Amino acid sequence: MEIPYVTKLRPDTGLYNAKVGIWLFLASEVMLFGALFSSYILLRVGAAPGTWPHGLLNIPIGAVNTLVLITSSITVVMAWASLKMNQFGRFKMYQAITLLCALTFVGIKSYEYHDKFTHYQVVLEDGTAHTGHIEGSPMFWNKTRLEGGLNPKTGKPRYAAIDHIMFHPDAPKGHGAEHAEHPAAMRIETKNIKKLECYGPFHSTYLAIYFTLTGLHALHVIGGALVIFMIWGPLSKMWKTDPERYTNRIEVSGLFWHFVDLVWIFLFPVLYLL
Amino acid sequence: MQPTTHKSPAHGVHHDAHHHEPGFWSKYIFSTDHKIIGIQYGVTGLLFLFFGFTLMMMMRWQIAYPGHPLPLVGGLLHQVVGDAAGPVMKDGALVGYSITPDLYNSFGAMHGTIMVFLAIVPLAFAAFGNYVVPLQIGAVDMAFPRVNMASYQCYFLGGVIMLVSFFIPGGAAQAGWTSYSPLATLIASDGQTFWLIGMIFLITSSLLGAVNFLATIIQLRAPGMNWMRLPFFVWAQFVTAFLLLLAFPPLEAAGVMQLMDKLFHTSFFLPTGLAVSGDLANISGGGSPLLWQHLFWFLGHPEVYVLILPAMGIVCEIIANNTRKPIWGYKSLVYSALILGFLSFIVWAHHMYLTGMGTKISTFFQTTTMIISIPSVVILTCLFISLWGGSIRFTTPMLFALAFLPMFGIGGLTGLPLGFNYSDIHLHDTYYVIAHFHYIVAPGTIFALFAGIYYWFPKMTGRMMSEVLGKVHFWLSLIFMNAVFQPMFAQGMAGMLRRMADGGANYSKAVVGADAIGGLSDTIMRANISISHAAWALGLAQIPFIINFFWSIKNGRKVTSDNPWGSTTLEWQTPTPPPHGNFVVPMEVHRGPYEYSVPGAEKDFTAQNEPTRKV
Repeated sequence: MEIPYVTKLRPDTGLYNAKVGIWLFLASEVMLFGALFSSYILLRVGAAPGTWPHGLLNIPIGAVNTLVLITSSITVVMAWASLKMNQFGRFKMYQAITLLCALTFVGIKSYEYHDKFTHYQVVLEDGTAHTGHIEGSPMFWNKTRLEGGLNPKTGKPRYAAIDHIMFHPDAPKGHGAEHAEHPAAMRIETKNIKKLECYGPFHSTYLAIYFTLTGLHALHVIGGALVIFMIWGPLSKMWKTDPERYTNRIEVSGLFWHFVDLVWIFLFPVLYLL
Repeated sequence: MQPTTHKSPAHGVHHDAHHHEPGFWSKYIFSTDHKIIGIQYGVTGLLFLFFGFTLMMMMRWQIAYPGHPLPLVGGLLHQVVGDAAGPVMKDGALVGYSITPDLYNSFGAMHGTIMVFLAIVPLAFAAFGNYVVPLQIGAVDMAFPRVNMASYQCYFLGGVIMLVSFFIPGGAAQAGWTSYSPLATLIASDGQTFWLIGMIFLITSSLLGAVNFLATIIQLRAPGMNWMRLPFFVWAQFVTAFLLLLAFPPLEAAGVMQLMDKLFHTSFFLPTGLAVSGDLANISGGGSPLLWQHLFWFLGHPEVYVLILPAMGIVCEIIANNTRKPIWGYKSLVYSALILGFLSFIVWAHHMYLTGMGTKISTFFQTTTMIISIPSVVILTCLFISLWGGSIRFTTPMLFALAFLPMFGIGGLTGLPLGFNYSDIHLHDTYYVIAHFHYIVAPGTIFALFAGIYYWFPKMTGRMMSEVLGKVHFWLSLIFMNAVFQPMFAQGMAGMLRRMADGGANYSKAVVGADAIGGLSDTIMRANISISHAAWALGLAQIPFIINFFWSIKNGRKVTSDNPWGSTTLEWQTPTPPPHGNFVVPMEVHRGPYEYSVPGAEKDFTAQNEPTRKV
């Protein structure tokens, strides 16, 4: 038994099966990200005036990541074109660059995430609020954690209580010399803290949608990179046995990769710039 | 005798030079053959159908006799779910266990979830679609057999996660199958988390299935099988696959967001100033409960057509075959199905008239809702007119298919008052709604599924199911289905709300006083009891089917031909049961799907692959 049109094109549609499949799959992906983008719009429109945060993200880093992904999109096409021209070595090189770009992207993204998880807002009992970093750059601390945290099963504290933190406030916003200089570190007593929270997804709906969208996108990058790596490495024997089908696999995985890039092209302005 | 008819199914198998007999595991469990996967879906789906119905039979006891100890299964339920089935004491002595309101909520939510996502969709779309579609288009298999296997495995895993959630502390999800936030997010147990993770598996499964079906129908049609020669069943599955492909991802997005709310304490669906048990919730706020409803119903409404379109497809095949005449208005059916698919994406907010989303938006969705009734009526009318002048064979599948028409008609027409926003204000969230959609799904879709099982059983097993048991099953099911759902219209119009663990007893005239406005009368309350008895009788009425199903696999009357019903479509041109690879010779199609009783033809049916006779 052989399934027709695995590599050959069906005359009336002009396509092979996997290409139909990937386009349909991408249509559903458009709906998935479309729903999340719509949610973003609805949450932003529904936010109380003046409460939607701006400038939380580092634009140069986001721009570099955009360039990294665009580069990978070019190399994916070059890899496919190399196979079409029967240059397997060049294909290997281009696709290796694609994989490196994917790794770089995920690396930069995790740096950005880590930056948010160690960046805190603290509200004191007297009502004043500060933003900055806690000495030692711990992640996900809050007041309960300082008091020792509670194990829900035993009802006992999970950590030793901390009676104070050393807090390094952010430099004030703006340009000029004073912008570069950090204010002196503050010693804050735990008992004076009303609320301590890092810029995680729970901090605001903006960060919630930021982490959901970029997280889901990063999962797509990782998934796509894994597939490209599998075809590039362990499955590349097929080039010897069935070069046409192998080239098609590169095309199909490339189409997915372009889609993942395209999502980022929308994500960057929406989350970083607007 | 057909030119391709073979007495021995093995004959087809040995055509394949690379063939080797696979072992049990690779043949039945990790199979990539579309027919085996169809049967896997079918068996699993039927088990979930039975399980979902069992939940409801227990809930009906609580509705009819609130707080009374559950007979027969009360002790067992207590052992399984613990104190959620609470002890009932009388004069200081334990007399049994009853369903607590929490457990009732869990059962209600899971009845809906299981029936929709684990029973009907897998049966109507995945089981029949997998088995029949490749055969009807003359293909050797699906376009992506391994994706097909992955689809079933995702479905199975999703089902296991849903089942496991009954046994965790706090029990299964309790916020209804619609899982509205903030309620769904704030119930302090993990049932909802399990529900969401299970749903993500189920959505992935239907996504993989939909891509596969569409690619198969687009790419693998046999030579000559052009679009207007496709049997209507294939068209119905085609539109259904598009609905699944495009409507499910928004629910996946919503599910991910609710999961973020549950696990990472975001506030996608939690508004500012939300109070829980009198205290301000410790959340960032700023979210929108309406957002969840929009995303849910963006899936939810196309889902309704996912439930009904395959059923219409099955009914159409069976009506053409048993009236022995072509379907009336084949093209109208096809175009109506396409329009139905398109319109189903722009009617979703008619589930949300009471949310305060604004009268202008309500008016828009009321209008589209009225428009969508047109193609549905066209389909129903075509099927009715198809009966006209036919020499009808009242076989069991035909009886179920015939019953589908008025039952779906009742379900559809009673939907109109719900589609108008002014009448919906009174009827929203009452038993009227339950009666309305159950008329479509239960005596509608489920009858069509039964029809399909009786119809294609001989192709799957080589044996007929018993007509006598089948007719007993049909008549009892028809009577009790109506006895269950008909009184609910009256209850709903009298104002009885759904999702009440005591069946509305707190609002009965006996409690609120005879003069209170809106108190439920004794007649309405007594209907609870009659409905429950009818539901249990409906359960008993399925016994002939279960016996028939298993008995006929081994002992049914053997079919004497590969085409026992005298059908025109290609699935009957294979050996029985079809081997791996399906057809003995590659199919070539020369004519439309319903050439019954063609004047001048030798037989009263002309198969699609029969060449045009040269004169």
